Amino acid sequence: MTYRLAPIDTGAFVAERDGDHHTVIGSVVRRSDARGHVTGRTEFFEDVAAPRLAHLKMHRSARHHARITDVDVSGALAVPGVLRVLTHADVPNNVYTVLKLIGVEPDDEPVLAVDKVRYLGEPICAVVAETEAAALEGAAAIEVGYEDLPPVFDVEEALKEGAPLVNEYQGQNYFVYEGHHCRRIRFGDVEKAFGQADHVFEWRYQSSPIEQAPVETTGCVVVPQADGRLRIHSDTQACFFTLDNTALILGVPFNKLRIVGGTVGGGFGGKVDVVVEPIACVAAMAVDRPVKFVYDRAEEMQVSSPRAAERIVIKDAVMDDGRIIGRKVTLYVDAGAYARHSPYGTTKAAAHLPGPYTIPNVWADCHCVFTNRTPSSAMRGFGVTIADFALESQMDRIARALDMDPLQLRLINAYRDGDLKAHRKIAEGTALVEVIQKAAELAGHELPEAYRRMSSTTREGL
Amino acid sequence: MPSQIVSLVVNGERREFIAAPGATLLACLRESLGLIAAKRGCAQGACGTCTVLVDGRPEAACLVAVETVADGSVRTLEGVTSGGELDEVQSAFIDCFATQCGFCTSGMIMVAEALLDRNPDPSEDDVIEAISGNVCRCTGYRPIVIAIMEAARRRREQAVPR
Repeated sequence: MTYRLAPIDTGAFVAERDGDHHTVIGSVVRRSDARGHVTGRTEFFEDVAAPRLAHLKMHRSARHHARITDVDVSGALAVPGVLRVLTHADVPNNVYTVLKLIGVEPDDEPVLAVDKVRYLGEPICAVVAETEAAALEGAAAIEVGYEDLPPVFDVEEALKEGAPLVNEYQGQNYFVYEGHHCRRIRFGDVEKAFGQADHVFEWRYQSSPIEQAPVETTGCVVVPQADGRLRIHSDTQACFFTLDNTALILGVPFNKLRIVGGTVGGGFGGKVDVVVEPIACVAAMAVDRPVKFVYDRAEEMQVSSPRAAERIVIKDAVMDDGRIIGRKVTLYVDAGAYARHSPYGTTKAAAHLPGPYTIPNVWADCHCVFTNRTPSSAMRGFGVTIADFALESQMDRIARALDMDPLQLRLINAYRDGDLKAHRKIAEGTALVEVIQKAAELAGHELPEAYRRMSSTTREGL
Repeated sequence: MPSQIVSLVVNGERREFIAAPGATLLACLRESLGLIAAKRGCAQGACGTCTVLVDGRPEAACLVAVETVADGSVRTLEGVTSGGELDEVQSAFIDCFATQCGFCTSGMIMVAEALLDRNPDPSEDDVIEAISGNVCRCTGYRPIVIAIMEAARRRREQAVPR
């Protein structure tokens, strides 16, 4: 049996394929899920038919930062069709953090708000009802009293002395990394490099939060089983992560839950936060019926965690010939009100600095900062993508300032096999030089002979 | 206002069901008739994942109150597959890798069916115009446009009267 339909690779390696030995590489392979997609038979979580399905909707914070003085759910209970209203008191282990399974501390986020709200749209009460319309009407009928607290929306403002404290569980407006206020790199002496440099260039880069915007919104259907287990149909990207975190929040053994997933109507990182399943499970247990909790489009855009906004300041010590001899980076990740995946994202950003270049003096402070904005989390290469935007913009601006070819500037500084990186690891398997050479060739961008002869395996010619 | 019995011809078969006042065509297809190919992506007519054909025209089923199309004819993706056989649009979507997560696929195929029914030889601009109300977040649209052009070509070549 062969899967090869038509070879698409007639290039460099075609001669190395002998006979029918390689049946996949270089061939067109049909997607195993495509037939389900084109016939409409692929089962997404919302396609599950559950008899006596109840619906859950949230009453959410109308404030960015406030103390909750009063919660009145009587209006919701008076709506025909409303079955239950859940508050934090109904959630067995209400405070959690999603990365606790890999040892991240502290628990810093309530499933339902307790005495305070920390961002606009934070869930306060969950309304379970016979119909989606009744759940919405019930959620709208809940009245919450607030005592406003000063909010902070800017990462640098949040780190200033006297800034309002966003997250009491964290205790300060930044995540603590093994006793340090940020993720740091200390390699060589950047201040000395600035003193020796022909030029010092310092620029600042800022990105906005970016919503993953999947076409299928975040949600789940929880179906209680006769044996007391809960079957969770979810569009999570992280089935096991969701199972474990949900069990910890419910205070039940892991084997009490079963997740049915794997069909995700677009994720892009936005469906890893374990946000809908725990409360839907609490609701399903409370009413002993299947419960659906799915974000509407507005919730998806407002409260599902986006890619973090980042602010990055890069200061470089550069010689006339284009060699970068020092790079100092101050990077802020806006985690929003809760940690979620941002402590990890910030570590990834630090691990990515100073980019794929060999620079003998590197200093970096990467701050994971809490503000009263929507909690941010994972999205496609988070931590790395925005850092790369800043680093490569910086390279282009340096080239322009020196009136140099931007590719030549990169070739001069590109890391080579055997170089010691700022993280004190030896670079191996590098290929940036060859990639740039090939890209230049494809783009018809002429490089001088000396640059075309450069190689990732040697520092000769530098 | 009481619920009422609504009658529709769905994928060639007459179907009757009880609809609450204001119930959408999408909710009736999915919940009353068990036809789940059309998806709810935004519930506000902006994403196109719920597109079905009503009397041959593509419509956002999430915005159509079902009583307004009573006695009409509705075609969903389930009705495109006949006897387990894929049609040209479906097979071109597979061959041209026009699916990824699959959530927009149903709506995309339905607008493509409507386009090819009225214009067997569309230009690329016609295809882009036809799918302009449908959001795909995965593929970047290019493979979808290619697949619909390919489906049109295959359908013309076969020249089977439909």
